[in-house]
Amino acid sequence: MQFTSEQAQEIGNPAFAKRVKEISGTTLDRCYQCLTCSLGCPVNFAMDYLPNQIIRMVQLGLKEQVLKSSTIWLCATCESCVTRCPNEVDVLRVMDTLREMALREGVKGKETVIPIFHETFLGSIRQWGRQHELSMLLLLKLKTRDIFSDLGLGVKMLLKGNLKLLPPRVKGSKDVKAIFEKTKGEI
Amino acid sequence: MKYAYYPGCSLESTARAYDLSVRAVCRDLAVELEEIEDWNCCGASSGHCTNYRLSHALAGRNLALAEREGLDIAVACPACFLRLKSTRHEVRADARLKKELAELIDLPYEAKYDTKHLLDIICREVGMEEVRKRVEKPLTGLKLVPYYGCFLVRPPKVTQFDDPENPQSMDILMDALGAEVVDWSGKVDCCGGSISITKRDIGAKLVSEIADAARGVGAEAIVTACPLCQSNLESRQGSQALPTFYFSELIGLSFGMKEANTWFRRHLVSPVALLASHGLL
Repeated sequence: MQFTSEQAQEIGNPAFAKRVKEISGTTLDRCYQCLTCSLGCPVNFAMDYLPNQIIRMVQLGLKEQVLKSSTIWLCATCESCVTRCPNEVDVLRVMDTLREMALREGVKGKETVIPIFHETFLGSIRQWGRQHELSMLLLLKLKTRDIFSDLGLGVKMLLKGNLKLLPPRVKGSKDVKAIFEKTKGEI
Repeated sequence: MKYAYYPGCSLESTARAYDLSVRAVCRDLAVELEEIEDWNCCGASSGHCTNYRLSHALAGRNLALAEREGLDIAVACPACFLRLKSTRHEVRADARLKKELAELIDLPYEAKYDTKHLLDIICREVGMEEVRKRVEKPLTGLKLVPYYGCFLVRPPKVTQFDDPENPQSMDILMDALGAEVVDWSGKVDCCGGSISITKRDIGAKLVSEIADAARGVGAEAIVTACPLCQSNLESRQGSQALPTFYFSELIGLSFGMKEANTWFRRHLVSPVALLASHGLL
């Protein structure tokens, strides 16, 4: 891939690469750019950088570009890259690490809806202990101001008895809330 | 044979038919499922995508609850399966995480017991011989493609189940039920998972590629072991959609279970006409 002079300013600052390696526990220096991860990636057509490019950019310390990329959010976590990498680079663990870093550092990237989905999904677990799809999906619609899409699908699911109206009851929901509290801090 | 059963959230809502058919079939095959008392959501992909410790703690609480019962865990949803498997895998490899996890969940967890997917339990623990004995109504003429998706088989060092590129378990099982199993290229492709909730165009593209591959080899239906794959396949295919079964529904149907009808009524793409055309309903 090509790098502009603007990007080049960040090259040589190894702190970011070191941090990603530490947190992910992944030896990403073993990547020799064979592109196996990117060729098997089901979402490669929609990403701004391919997975192999993200690995290279992390090595080069291009923190801002990496954390703002749509790739880290569009990754469908299908585990194909992890399974097929000839050098056992856990690309998905790297992606997880980058997503967590982006959120914790409050980086606003190109992809805004998927982080809201994760936040809403986890919010429902925090509240009920289990997922309550109906309230989660309604809240997601409000937060993303996307009221009308899939409404027909939702009604059909309700009529078929495939969406529970009332939220689940988990006795240990307090324990689950405690887990959320304890894991709020630094990575 | 007794397991601690972890249904997971989908099986309480969008995949009710999966839960009902799994319980019915296991009863028939003498696999006792004791639901883990007070289980919580495993965190799914949103958990591991955004918070490593939260993800392991959510999965870990369930593992610890099941460990108290002294049983291996049986799971129906591949996403839950991989989350539980992966927390045990990491805890066994990382003493620091093990200690931290116990503090986070406020429960002891020794990672003694395994987590297995129900497809694995039926194929390898119960075995095809037992399954064949119970088939009353073979699925003769029903042309199926088995769709495994992602988390049943990947990553293999964690899932420890079947071949990651060309799995066979469901193929062999469906053959034992008398169905006509067709080999195809879409077995372990990704349906998009939860991405299709927010990125409907991406979900629709991935699903239509899978459905086209299935139609291309002449399949009349798809059979899966995943609630999210099933719901994506049935909701994002568009017109002339192929019905998508849970493997447990087809076991129940071939065993002659009357309640199979009530499972099929919950499908977004009705399989009733197809099954009737083969004299199976």
